[in-house]
Amino acid sequence: MSVVTNTTTIGAIEAPSRRNTELALLAFAVAIAVFAYLNVGLALDGEVPAGVLGYALGLAALAGVAHLVVRKFARYADPLLLPLATLLNGIGLVLIWRLDQSQRLIDRAKNIYGAFSPSAPKQMLFSAIGVALFVGVLILLKDHRILQRYTYISMVVAMVLLILPVFFPAQFGARIWIRIPGVGSIQPGEFAKIIISIFFAGYLMVKRDALALASRRFMGLYLPRGRDLGPILVVWALSILILVFETDLGSSLLFFGVFVVMLYVATERTSWIVFGLLMSAVGAVSVASFEPHVEQRVQAWLHPFADKTLAQSDQIAQSLMSFGAGGTIGTGLGQGNSDLIGFAANADFILSTVGEELGLAGTMAILLLYGLIVERGVRTALAARDPFGKLLAIGLSGGFAIQVFVVTGGVMGLIPLTGMTMPFMAAGGSSVIANWGLIGILIRISDTARRPAPAPAPTSDAEMTQVVRP
Amino acid sequence: MNKPLRRIAIFCALLVLALLVRDNWVQYVQADSLNTNALNRRTGIERYSHPRGNIIVDGKPITGSVATSGTDFKYKRTYKDGAMWAPVTGFASQVYGANQLEQIDDGILSGNDDRLFFDRTMSMFTGKEKKGGNVVTTLNADAQKAAFEGLGKKKGAVAAIDPATGKILALASTPSYDPSTIAGSSDEKAWVGLDKKNNPDDPMLNRALRQTYPPGSTFKVVTAAAGLEHGMVTDVDKPTDSPLPYIMPGTTTELKNEGNLPCKNATLRKALEVSCNSVFGHLGEQLGKDKMLETAKKFGFNAEQFTPVRADASVFPEDPNASQTALSSIGQFDTRATPLQMAMVASAVANDGKLMKPYMVDELRAPNLDLISKTEPEELSRPLSQENAQKLQSIMETVVKQGTGTNAQIPGVTVGGKTGTAQHGENNDQNPYAWFISYAKTGSGSPVAVAVVVEDSDASRDDISGGGLAAPIATDVMKAVIDSEK
Repeated sequence: MSVVTNTTTIGAIEAPSRRNTELALLAFAVAIAVFAYLNVGLALDGEVPAGVLGYALGLAALAGVAHLVVRKFARYADPLLLPLATLLNGIGLVLIWRLDQSQRLIDRAKNIYGAFSPSAPKQMLFSAIGVALFVGVLILLKDHRILQRYTYISMVVAMVLLILPVFFPAQFGARIWIRIPGVGSIQPGEFAKIIISIFFAGYLMVKRDALALASRRFMGLYLPRGRDLGPILVVWALSILILVFETDLGSSLLFFGVFVVMLYVATERTSWIVFGLLMSAVGAVSVASFEPHVEQRVQAWLHPFADKTLAQSDQIAQSLMSFGAGGTIGTGLGQGNSDLIGFAANADFILSTVGEELGLAGTMAILLLYGLIVERGVRTALAARDPFGKLLAIGLSGGFAIQVFVVTGGVMGLIPLTGMTMPFMAAGGSSVIANWGLIGILIRISDTARRPAPAPAPTSDAEMTQVVRP
Repeated sequence: MNKPLRRIAIFCALLVLALLVRDNWVQYVQADSLNTNALNRRTGIERYSHPRGNIIVDGKPITGSVATSGTDFKYKRTYKDGAMWAPVTGFASQVYGANQLEQIDDGILSGNDDRLFFDRTMSMFTGKEKKGGNVVTTLNADAQKAAFEGLGKKKGAVAAIDPATGKILALASTPSYDPSTIAGSSDEKAWVGLDKKNNPDDPMLNRALRQTYPPGSTFKVVTAAAGLEHGMVTDVDKPTDSPLPYIMPGTTTELKNEGNLPCKNATLRKALEVSCNSVFGHLGEQLGKDKMLETAKKFGFNAEQFTPVRADASVFPEDPNASQTALSSIGQFDTRATPLQMAMVASAVANDGKLMKPYMVDELRAPNLDLISKTEPEELSRPLSQENAQKLQSIMETVVKQGTGTNAQIPGVTVGGKTGTAQHGENNDQNPYAWFISYAKTGSGSPVAVAVVVEDSDASRDDISGGGLAAPIATDVMKAVIDSEK
């Protein structure tokens, strides 16, 4: 299938599309998830679960559709991203289904809400919507550079998304949900993190030279001019303030991290890191001093077993004991007691179930899967030919890495718990849908990056070297 | 822009690396301490997720497990004749932990013991439900029943031992409690009701092992043994040099006898038969505190016994003066003994001077009934030579034949015994404890030695005597053992 139809000396050698690799990996990912599903059923009831066929077909259909769309609309895309996302989503579904069958959680739900409704079917639906968004991104977004046009619209949309939850009542101690009757709750922050990356990328691409060069040296640091830095600083500060007001600490950390990473990449100046760390230190101290919520979480993190009156402290303690109970190889799917965590066991704390039932080995494998997604994202950024694509890719994958770090570090007691969702695995529609969108954009950028340059038009004088005689 | 991108890639890798390191720290290094954390409910959940092994008496379980619902704990402990067996089993509660055998052999019963590793591994492959192993006790159900029913509503305790091996045959304590009532996860009311603070009867006290009483005249057997062993008395039928009245040394107080007894220069046989305080007080004084202490220690005094359930140390005072030695030698002053201890005294005499270590766990068995361990009888000490032991047997048998212990006679069986009525309270103002220690002898040696104590405050004071209250219970226990041997 050579496209070298001309006779130029510099042939456009086609990069391998790797679509068949992707298909094989997808089949592998689906198989692992289906085996996990079987495993849970056998462990819990001693028989092949009734829903296994539906689950297998559903997951395979989602993966198949996504694959076909990639084959058609992004044939040079990175072959790993889609299988990795599918595998994590599939395992997440299995874990949520497993926790759905916990008598302890069922009783708990009945005591508190009067009824229990399983989360796995909802999550399956959200995964389908997520894949639909993925497909939509690939079909509608022919070139990621189109997004550049919407830099300022992105800013407005992100702001609106961030402000909206303020008008809705707080749930579980944070104002991060929009409750739409009949539909359910949406966590707009998950979408805002993508949209604000688009804004940062678009703005920084335009202003990067000004930010990097037109600056005054002050105490060894290059301080940019206010008119260059001003708008972005305002947007960033505003989002942090809103998030602090909504007590969504995880997201404020995430937004801050993404901002610093993209600023650093855009300007190539290490001083931004120093500047960012200084700002974060100031921010963290000031937030912690007037926000009791933060203080509580820090206390729960420092002394998880000390004060059982704190709800978070108990969650952290239970989560740590879950990980401990898993040990090296885990108790086996369906055979742990991670449901002792209670609230958010299948959401923010889904990784504790991995820790208990799949053990150290399984948790490290899952963490490496996330690491691979980030790695493929950074690779995409490296390969991207345009600064906007580079910035967007690094913003999205850096944000992904920070989110995984913040959630995992939180449930493992490495850092204070901030309450974010584990991408793809945690129960929660917004998270799954938004992350499928994120993968869609990354695949689009990677397709553009790896797509071979269009072949130069054949010319008649290419056949021989022309010698210019004096 | 690629240089900062590579640095960001390294930064992301460091984030993931930090998580991997933390994961190893939590799941590998800290795993043990997390698993043993007191707040970790998994221990309890796992423990009660399968039926617990049983405690066996005479081949039949006296415990059981029943499935419960609505809690994290799937199985709950049940007890058959719980009140009767409570001094043996102890309790195993989903909330309040466990004690006695339930606690000591918890590893076997819960199936978590390392010795069950092979068994556990096998059932992992065969897919069988995890089960606990069994604890086979040395107890004799008939003897236990006789003891428990003999005590009835009275407060007291019975300990019976097989003198030849040290096997504990009966261990009763009243008032008792049914451990089933506190086995579950919502038994707080029952638990509070059993607490000593709320229940003056203190039903959870194991009186056979954990309560020391003044042994009173039953201790004269020890004093007699000391006299024989240290050569103070060589012929039990030769008159001793015993004054009457006997004024205790260094005092002007007379050590009186109960009534007008022929105790002046009485033979050891006569002195034990009618229970002369003056003779044994004088004998103890003459032997001195060191020799008395030496013999008492050989019988097991002043040391905790582990059966394997711990029995409190019985006490012979370490440093009494001469008159205190005299009082101690008749089982008063600071001398205190558990029923188990006095049963040990009787068993050492019955076993020709050889004291066997008392034990109540015969075998530990895996869930598949494989033998894990068997307790071998072990000699604890030799408080008496064979010759002296037989002399002592002879005079103890006289006590039952024609002395204070005639209530313990069993037709066709030789019984040796000693009564005791121990003073209790300041200036003897409370009802005394009625004691009886004895052993039975058949053609093939002695199958049982028993000690009974009844602390009955309801009976009128004059009715209380070892021979009257305690001896019939001991007789029933001995009979039960002899009958079950047939």
